[in-house]
Amino acid sequence: MSTQTASTRDILTSPIFSNNPVAMQVLGVCSALAVSNSMQTALVMTLAVTFVLVFSNLIISSIRSLIPNSVRIIAQMTIIASLVIIVDMVLQDIAYELSRQLSVFVGLIITNCIIMGRAEAFAMKNPPHLAVVDAIGNAMGYGVILLGVAFVRELLGSGTLFGHEILKTVENGGWYLANEMFKLPPSAFFLIGLMIWSINVIQRKRG
Amino acid sequence: MEHYINLFIQAAFIDNMALSFFMGMCTFLAVSKKVSTSFGLGVAVIVVMVLAVPLNQLIYANILAPGALAWAGYPALDLSYLQLITFIGVIAALVQILEMFLDKYIPALYDSLGIFLPLLTVNCAIFAGVIFMANRDYNLGESVVFAAGSGFGWAMAIVMLAGLRERMKFHAIPEGLQGIGIVFITTGLMALGFMAFSGISI
Repeated sequence: MSTQTASTRDILTSPIFSNNPVAMQVLGVCSALAVSNSMQTALVMTLAVTFVLVFSNLIISSIRSLIPNSVRIIAQMTIIASLVIIVDMVLQDIAYELSRQLSVFVGLIITNCIIMGRAEAFAMKNPPHLAVVDAIGNAMGYGVILLGVAFVRELLGSGTLFGHEILKTVENGGWYLANEMFKLPPSAFFLIGLMIWSINVIQRKRG
Repeated sequence: MEHYINLFIQAAFIDNMALSFFMGMCTFLAVSKKVSTSFGLGVAVIVVMVLAVPLNQLIYANILAPGALAWAGYPALDLSYLQLITFIGVIAALVQILEMFLDKYIPALYDSLGIFLPLLTVNCAIFAGVIFMANRDYNLGESVVFAAGSGFGWAMAIVMLAGLRERMKFHAIPEGLQGIGIVFITTGLMALGFMAFSGISI
Protein backbone atom coordinates (compact mmCIF):
# COMPACT_ATOMS: atom_id res chain seq x y z
CA MET A 1 0.00 0.00 0.00
CA SER A 2 2.76 2.40 0.95
CA THR A 3 4.53 1.84 -2.35
CA GLN A 4 1.34 2.72 -4.18
CA THR A 5 0.89 6.02 -2.36
CA ALA A 6 4.53 6.81 -2.99
CA SER A 7 4.11 6.19 -6.70
CA THR A 8 0.96 8.31 -6.81
CA ARG A 9 2.84 11.15 -5.18
CA ASP A 10 5.67 10.59 -7.61
CA ILE A 11 3.30 10.84 -10.56
CA LEU A 12 2.08 14.15 -9.17
CA THR A 13 5.37 15.77 -8.25
CA SER A 14 7.95 14.57 -10.76
CA PRO A 15 6.49 16.56 -13.71
CA ILE A 16 6.63 19.78 -11.69
CA PHE A 17 10.38 19.88 -11.35
CA SER A 18 12.71 17.03 -12.27
CA ASN A 19 10.68 15.83 -15.25
CA ASN A 20 9.08 19.13 -16.22
CA PRO A 21 7.23 18.80 -19.54
CA VAL A 22 8.28 22.22 -20.87
CA ALA A 23 11.83 22.54 -19.62
CA MET A 24 13.01 18.92 -19.56
CA GLN A 25 11.02 17.22 -22.30
CA VAL A 26 10.54 20.31 -24.52
CA LEU A 27 6.82 19.70 -24.98
CA GLY A 28 4.20 22.39 -25.42
CA VAL A 29 6.76 25.16 -25.76
CA CYS A 30 4.90 27.07 -28.48
CA SER A 31 2.12 28.37 -26.31
CA ALA A 32 4.32 28.60 -23.23
CA LEU A 33 6.42 31.23 -24.96
CA ALA A 34 3.78 33.13 -26.84
CA VAL A 35 1.36 34.01 -24.06
CA SER A 36 3.98 34.63 -21.38
CA ASN A 37 4.26 38.42 -21.73
CA SER A 38 1.71 39.09 -19.00
CA MET A 39 0.68 37.24 -15.85
CA GLN A 40 -2.99 37.45 -16.68
CA THR A 41 -2.80 35.70 -20.05
CA ALA A 42 -0.36 33.17 -18.61
CA LEU A 43 -2.73 32.31 -15.79
CA VAL A 44 -5.74 31.96 -18.08
CA MET A 45 -3.71 29.81 -20.44
CA THR A 46 -2.57 27.58 -17.56
CA LEU A 47 -6.16 27.13 -16.41
CA ALA A 48 -7.30 26.32 -19.95
CA VAL A 49 -4.53 23.75 -20.42
CA THR A 50 -5.24 22.24 -16.99
CA PHE A 51 -8.90 21.80 -17.85
CA VAL A 52 -8.21 20.21 -21.23
CA LEU A 53 -5.41 18.01 -19.93
CA VAL A 54 -7.34 16.66 -16.92
CA PHE A 55 -10.47 15.87 -18.90
CA SER A 56 -8.68 14.48 -21.94
CA ASN A 57 -6.64 12.16 -19.71
CA LEU A 58 -9.75 11.16 -17.78
CA ILE A 59 -11.87 10.46 -20.86
CA ILE A 60 -9.16 8.73 -22.85
CA SER A 61 -8.13 6.61 -19.90
CA SER A 62 -11.73 5.56 -19.19
CA ILE A 63 -12.36 4.42 -22.75
CA ARG A 64 -8.83 3.20 -23.46
CA SER A 65 -9.87 -0.43 -23.89
CA LEU A 66 -12.51 0.58 -26.45
CA ILE A 67 -10.20 2.59 -28.73
CA PRO A 68 -8.82 0.46 -31.57
CA ASN A 69 -5.08 0.89 -31.79
CA SER A 70 -5.02 1.89 -35.45
CA VAL A 71 -7.26 4.95 -35.04
CA ARG A 72 -6.16 6.03 -31.58
CA ILE A 73 -4.51 9.27 -32.74
CA ILE A 74 -7.69 10.45 -34.47
CA ALA A 75 -9.79 9.39 -31.48
CA GLN A 76 -7.55 11.29 -29.06
CA MET A 77 -7.49 14.29 -31.36
CA THR A 78 -11.29 14.40 -31.53
CA ILE A 79 -11.65 14.29 -27.76
CA ILE A 80 -9.01 16.98 -27.27
CA ALA A 81 -10.46 19.20 -30.00
CA SER A 82 -13.96 18.99 -28.50
CA LEU A 83 -12.60 20.00 -25.09
CA VAL A 84 -10.70 22.92 -26.60
CA ILE A 85 -13.82 24.14 -28.38
CA ILE A 86 -15.63 24.13 -25.02
CA VAL A 87 -12.83 26.17 -23.44
CA ASP A 88 -12.78 28.56 -26.39
CA MET A 89 -16.52 29.20 -26.26
CA VAL A 90 -16.63 29.60 -22.48
CA LEU A 91 -13.73 32.05 -22.63
CA GLN A 92 -15.38 34.10 -25.36
CA ASP A 93 -18.49 34.29 -23.24
CA ILE A 94 -17.06 35.23 -19.84
CA ALA A 95 -13.89 37.13 -20.81
CA TYR A 96 -14.13 38.45 -24.34
CA GLU A 97 -11.19 40.88 -24.08
CA LEU A 98 -8.87 38.17 -22.76
CA SER A 99 -9.93 35.69 -25.40
CA ARG A 100 -9.05 38.32 -28.02
CA GLN A 101 -5.58 38.75 -26.49
CA LEU A 102 -5.01 35.00 -26.47
CA SER A 103 -6.36 34.92 -30.06
CA VAL A 104 -5.25 31.75 -31.80
CA PHE A 105 -3.39 30.29 -28.85
CA VAL A 106 -6.47 28.79 -27.25
CA GLY A 107 -7.14 26.90 -30.47
CA LEU A 108 -3.53 25.84 -30.54
CA ILE A 109 -4.00 23.89 -27.30
CA ILE A 110 -5.18 21.11 -29.65
CA THR A 111 -1.68 20.72 -31.03
CA ASN A 112 -0.01 21.27 -27.67
CA CYS A 113 2.29 18.27 -27.47
CA ILE A 114 1.91 17.94 -23.68
CA ILE A 115 -1.71 16.93 -24.08
CA MET A 116 -1.16 14.49 -26.96
CA GLY A 117 1.97 13.22 -25.24
CA ARG A 118 0.27 12.50 -21.92
CA ALA A 119 -2.72 10.91 -23.65
CA GLU A 120 -0.45 8.64 -25.67
CA ALA A 121 2.19 7.87 -23.04
CA PHE A 122 0.12 7.72 -19.87
CA ALA A 123 -3.65 7.74 -20.28
CA MET A 124 -3.65 4.88 -22.80
CA LYS A 125 -1.89 2.59 -20.31
CA ASN A 126 -3.16 3.59 -16.87
CA PRO A 127 -6.47 3.63 -14.94
CA PRO A 128 -8.46 6.91 -14.81
CA HIS A 129 -7.57 8.01 -11.27
CA LEU A 130 -3.84 7.81 -11.94
CA ALA A 131 -4.33 9.53 -15.30
CA VAL A 132 -6.03 12.46 -13.58
CA VAL A 133 -3.17 12.75 -11.06
CA ASP A 134 -0.68 12.65 -13.91
CA ALA A 135 -2.63 15.34 -15.77
CA ILE A 136 -2.69 17.64 -12.72
CA GLY A 137 1.05 17.15 -12.20
CA ASN A 138 1.90 17.95 -15.81
CA ALA A 139 -0.45 20.92 -15.92
CA MET A 140 1.25 22.27 -12.80
CA GLY A 141 4.67 21.76 -14.37
CA TYR A 142 3.49 23.68 -17.41
CA GLY A 143 1.98 26.40 -15.22
CA VAL A 144 5.13 26.82 -13.11
CA ILE A 145 7.27 27.56 -16.17
CA LEU A 146 4.62 29.72 -17.82
CA LEU A 147 3.92 31.82 -14.73
CA GLY A 148 7.64 32.03 -13.89
CA VAL A 149 8.48 33.39 -17.34
CA ALA A 150 5.46 35.70 -17.32
CA PHE A 151 6.41 37.03 -13.87
CA VAL A 152 9.85 38.12 -15.05
CA ARG A 153 8.65 39.40 -18.40
CA GLU A 154 5.80 41.50 -17.06
CA LEU A 155 7.74 42.81 -14.06
CA LEU A 156 10.84 43.85 -15.99
CA GLY A 157 9.09 44.63 -19.26
CA SER A 158 6.42 46.98 -17.98
CA GLY A 159 6.92 47.18 -14.22
CA THR A 160 3.55 45.63 -13.45
CA LEU A 161 2.11 42.34 -12.18
CA PHE A 162 -1.43 41.35 -13.20
CA GLY A 163 -1.69 44.93 -14.51
CA HIS A 164 -0.95 46.48 -11.06
CA GLU A 165 2.02 48.79 -10.88
CA ILE A 166 4.89 47.35 -8.86
CA LEU A 167 7.91 49.23 -10.15
CA LYS A 168 6.98 52.85 -10.96
CA THR A 169 8.20 53.45 -14.50
CA VAL A 170 9.96 56.59 -15.72
CA GLU A 171 7.06 57.47 -18.03
CA ASN A 172 4.76 57.65 -15.02
CA GLY A 173 7.20 59.81 -13.06
CA GLY A 174 8.88 56.92 -11.19
CA TRP A 175 12.42 55.60 -11.19
CA TYR A 176 12.20 52.31 -13.13
CA LEU A 177 13.28 52.40 -16.76
CA ALA A 178 11.28 49.53 -18.32
CA ASN A 179 13.36 47.06 -20.30
CA GLU A 180 11.45 46.85 -23.58
CA MET A 181 13.27 43.68 -24.61
CA PHE A 182 11.22 41.66 -22.13
CA LYS A 183 8.10 42.49 -24.11
CA LEU A 184 9.60 40.95 -27.24
CA PRO A 185 9.57 37.23 -28.13
CA PRO A 186 13.34 36.52 -27.78
CA SER A 187 13.35 37.21 -24.04
CA ALA A 188 11.12 34.18 -23.48
CA PHE A 189 13.73 31.92 -25.07
CA PHE A 190 16.48 33.34 -22.87
CA LEU A 191 14.41 32.95 -19.72
CA ILE A 192 13.49 29.33 -20.42
CA GLY A 193 17.13 28.60 -21.30
CA LEU A 194 18.22 30.05 -17.96
CA MET A 195 15.50 28.10 -16.13
CA ILE A 196 16.71 24.85 -17.69
CA TRP A 197 20.23 25.74 -16.64
CA SER A 198 19.22 26.30 -13.02
CA ILE A 199 17.11 23.13 -12.87
CA ASN A 200 20.07 21.15 -14.21
CA VAL A 201 22.52 22.68 -11.73
CA ILE A 202 20.22 22.08 -8.75
CA GLN A 203 19.58 18.49 -9.81
CA ARG A 204 23.26 17.78 -10.18
CA LYS A 205 23.94 19.12 -6.68
CA ARG A 206 21.27 16.83 -5.25
CA GLY A 207 23.02 13.93 -6.97
CA MET B 1 1.20 41.26 -57.67
CA GLU B 2 2.90 43.64 -55.25
CA HIS B 3 0.36 42.67 -52.63
CA TYR B 4 1.33 39.01 -52.96
CA ILE B 5 5.08 39.68 -52.77
CA ASN B 6 4.47 41.74 -49.69
CA LEU B 7 2.41 38.98 -48.13
CA PHE B 8 5.13 36.42 -48.85
CA ILE B 9 7.86 38.55 -47.27
CA GLN B 10 5.65 39.37 -44.33
CA ALA B 11 4.93 35.68 -43.70
CA ALA B 12 8.48 34.46 -44.26
CA PHE B 13 10.52 37.08 -42.45
CA ILE B 14 8.60 39.60 -40.37
CA ASP B 15 6.02 37.22 -38.91
CA ASN B 16 8.31 34.21 -39.01
CA MET B 17 6.27 31.28 -37.69
CA ALA B 18 9.07 29.82 -35.62
CA LEU B 19 10.92 32.86 -34.37
CA SER B 20 8.23 35.43 -33.74
CA PHE B 21 5.16 33.27 -33.11
CA PHE B 22 6.96 30.27 -31.56
CA MET B 23 5.01 27.86 -33.75
CA GLY B 24 6.11 24.28 -34.20
CA MET B 25 8.64 24.69 -31.41
CA CYS B 26 8.52 21.09 -30.22
CA THR B 27 9.73 19.71 -33.52
CA PHE B 28 11.82 22.83 -34.14
CA LEU B 29 13.95 22.16 -31.06
CA ALA B 30 13.88 18.37 -31.18
CA VAL B 31 14.69 17.73 -34.86
CA SER B 32 17.37 20.36 -35.45
CA LYS B 33 20.51 18.39 -34.66
CA LYS B 34 21.59 17.80 -38.28
CA VAL B 35 21.26 20.08 -41.30
CA SER B 36 20.21 17.24 -43.64
CA THR B 37 17.37 16.05 -41.38
CA SER B 38 16.14 19.57 -40.72
CA PHE B 39 16.14 20.27 -44.43
CA GLY B 40 13.92 17.22 -45.02
CA LEU B 41 11.56 18.31 -42.27
CA GLY B 42 11.51 21.85 -43.60
CA VAL B 43 10.52 20.68 -47.08
CA ALA B 44 7.81 18.46 -45.59
CA VAL B 45 6.42 21.46 -43.68
CA ILE B 46 6.34 23.59 -46.84
CA VAL B 47 4.53 20.83 -48.79
CA VAL B 48 1.92 20.12 -46.13
CA MET B 49 1.43 23.83 -45.46
CA VAL B 50 0.85 24.71 -49.12
CA LEU B 51 -1.71 21.88 -49.37
CA ALA B 52 -3.43 22.29 -46.01
CA VAL B 53 -3.98 26.04 -45.85
CA PRO B 54 -5.72 26.51 -49.25
CA LEU B 55 -7.75 23.33 -48.72
CA ASN B 56 -8.98 24.58 -45.38
CA GLN B 57 -9.55 28.00 -46.92
CA LEU B 58 -11.99 26.44 -49.38
CA ILE B 59 -13.77 24.57 -46.61
CA TYR B 60 -13.87 27.62 -44.36
CA ALA B 61 -15.05 30.09 -46.98
CA ASN B 62 -17.71 27.80 -48.47
CA ILE B 63 -19.04 25.91 -45.49
CA LEU B 64 -17.97 27.13 -42.07
CA ALA B 65 -17.79 30.93 -42.21
CA PRO B 66 -20.85 32.84 -40.95
CA GLY B 67 -23.39 32.96 -43.76
CA ALA B 68 -21.21 30.87 -46.05
CA LEU B 69 -23.92 28.29 -46.62
CA ALA B 70 -26.07 30.82 -48.47
CA TRP B 71 -25.44 28.88 -51.70
CA ALA B 72 -27.16 25.87 -50.14
CA GLY B 73 -30.12 27.92 -48.96
CA TYR B 74 -29.11 28.49 -45.31
CA PRO B 75 -27.89 32.12 -45.16
CA ALA B 76 -28.44 32.40 -41.40
CA LEU B 77 -26.30 29.40 -40.48
CA ASP B 78 -23.01 30.01 -38.64
CA LEU B 79 -20.86 26.90 -38.32
CA SER B 80 -17.68 28.72 -37.35
CA TYR B 81 -17.62 27.02 -33.93
CA LEU B 82 -16.75 23.83 -35.78
CA GLN B 83 -13.62 25.32 -37.33
CA LEU B 84 -11.03 23.97 -34.87
CA ILE B 85 -12.18 20.36 -35.05
CA THR B 86 -12.63 20.54 -38.83
CA PHE B 87 -9.20 22.03 -39.44
CA ILE B 88 -7.36 19.47 -37.34
CA GLY B 89 -9.34 16.65 -38.95
CA VAL B 90 -8.50 17.90 -42.43
CA ILE B 91 -4.81 18.24 -41.55
CA ALA B 92 -4.66 14.75 -40.03
CA ALA B 93 -6.41 13.22 -43.03
CA LEU B 94 -4.25 15.15 -45.49
CA VAL B 95 -1.03 14.02 -43.84
CA GLN B 96 -2.25 10.41 -43.86
CA ILE B 97 -3.22 10.54 -47.54
CA LEU B 98 0.03 12.25 -48.50
CA GLU B 99 1.97 9.55 -46.69
CA MET B 100 0.15 6.73 -48.49
CA PHE B 101 0.41 8.52 -51.84
CA LEU B 102 4.15 9.06 -51.53
CA ASP B 103 4.69 5.50 -50.33
CA LYS B 104 2.93 4.11 -53.40
CA TYR B 105 3.99 6.46 -56.20
CA ILE B 106 7.16 8.33 -55.22
CA PRO B 107 9.11 5.95 -52.95
CA ALA B 108 12.33 7.98 -53.20
CA LEU B 109 10.61 11.01 -51.74
CA TYR B 110 8.81 8.83 -49.19
CA ASP B 111 12.13 7.55 -47.91
CA SER B 112 13.39 11.05 -47.25
CA LEU B 113 10.18 12.76 -46.09
CA GLY B 114 8.13 9.81 -44.83
CA ILE B 115 9.42 9.72 -41.27
CA PHE B 116 8.53 13.37 -40.73
CA LEU B 117 4.99 13.27 -42.04
CA PRO B 118 3.26 11.79 -38.95
CA LEU B 119 5.02 14.44 -36.84
CA LEU B 120 3.39 17.18 -38.85
CA THR B 121 -0.18 16.45 -37.71
CA VAL B 122 0.68 17.83 -34.30
CA ASN B 123 3.02 20.52 -35.61
CA CYS B 124 1.48 23.77 -34.47
CA ALA B 125 3.04 25.73 -37.34
CA ILE B 126 0.66 24.12 -39.81
CA PHE B 127 -2.36 24.37 -37.56
CA ALA B 128 -1.48 27.99 -36.75
CA GLY B 129 -1.16 28.80 -40.45
CA VAL B 130 -4.68 27.49 -40.98
CA ILE B 131 -6.13 29.42 -38.03
CA PHE B 132 -4.39 32.63 -39.07
CA MET B 133 -5.85 32.17 -42.55
CA ALA B 134 -9.36 31.91 -41.08
CA ASN B 135 -8.86 34.85 -38.70
CA ARG B 136 -7.51 37.14 -41.40
CA ASP B 137 -10.07 36.08 -44.03
CA TYR B 138 -7.55 35.38 -46.78
CA ASN B 139 -8.93 34.50 -50.20
CA LEU B 140 -7.69 31.43 -52.05
CA GLY B 141 -4.77 33.16 -53.80
CA GLU B 142 -3.64 34.90 -50.63
CA SER B 143 -3.82 31.66 -48.68
CA VAL B 144 -1.48 29.90 -51.13
CA VAL B 145 1.07 32.72 -50.94
CA PHE B 146 0.74 32.99 -47.18
CA ALA B 147 1.23 29.22 -46.76
CA ALA B 148 4.28 29.19 -49.03
CA GLY B 149 5.78 32.16 -47.19
CA SER B 150 5.21 30.77 -43.70
CA GLY B 151 6.43 27.31 -44.68
CA PHE B 152 9.54 28.77 -46.26
CA GLY B 153 10.22 30.95 -43.22
CA TRP B 154 9.88 28.00 -40.87
CA ALA B 155 12.10 25.75 -43.01
CA MET B 156 14.74 28.45 -43.27
CA ALA B 157 14.76 28.98 -39.51
CA ILE B 158 15.15 25.27 -38.69
CA VAL B 159 17.96 24.77 -41.24
CA MET B 160 19.79 27.78 -39.83
CA LEU B 161 19.42 26.54 -36.28
CA ALA B 162 20.67 23.09 -37.31
CA GLY B 163 23.72 24.71 -38.90
CA LEU B 164 24.47 26.54 -35.67
CA ARG B 165 23.98 23.39 -33.61
CA GLU B 166 26.35 21.39 -35.81
CA ARG B 167 28.99 24.02 -35.14
CA MET B 168 28.23 24.12 -31.45
CA LYS B 169 29.31 20.51 -30.95
CA PHE B 170 32.90 21.70 -30.81
CA HIS B 171 32.34 24.48 -28.31
CA ALA B 172 32.87 24.40 -24.57
CA ILE B 173 29.38 25.01 -23.20
CA PRO B 174 28.79 25.26 -19.42
CA GLU B 175 27.81 21.86 -18.09
CA GLY B 176 24.25 22.61 -16.98
CA LEU B 177 23.48 24.41 -20.21
CA GLN B 178 24.48 21.56 -22.52
CA GLY B 179 21.72 19.96 -24.54
CA ILE B 180 18.44 21.77 -24.79
CA GLY B 181 19.36 24.77 -22.61
CA ILE B 182 21.82 26.27 -25.05
CA VAL B 183 19.41 25.62 -27.93
CA PHE B 184 16.85 27.88 -26.28
CA ILE B 185 19.43 30.66 -25.87
CA THR B 186 20.62 30.26 -29.48
CA THR B 187 17.04 30.40 -30.75
CA GLY B 188 16.53 33.53 -28.67
CA LEU B 189 19.53 35.17 -30.35
CA MET B 190 18.22 34.14 -33.77
CA ALA B 191 14.83 35.63 -32.90
CA LEU B 192 16.57 38.86 -31.91
CA GLY B 193 18.24 38.90 -35.32
CA PHE B 194 14.91 38.39 -37.04
CA MET B 195 13.45 41.35 -35.21
CA ALA B 196 15.53 43.47 -37.56
CA PHE B 197 13.08 42.58 -40.35
CA SER B 198 10.12 44.14 -38.59
CA GLY B 199 8.70 47.13 -40.38
CA ILE B 200 10.01 46.17 -43.82
CA SER B 201 7.45 46.44 -46.59
CA ILE B 202 7.72 46.76 -50.32
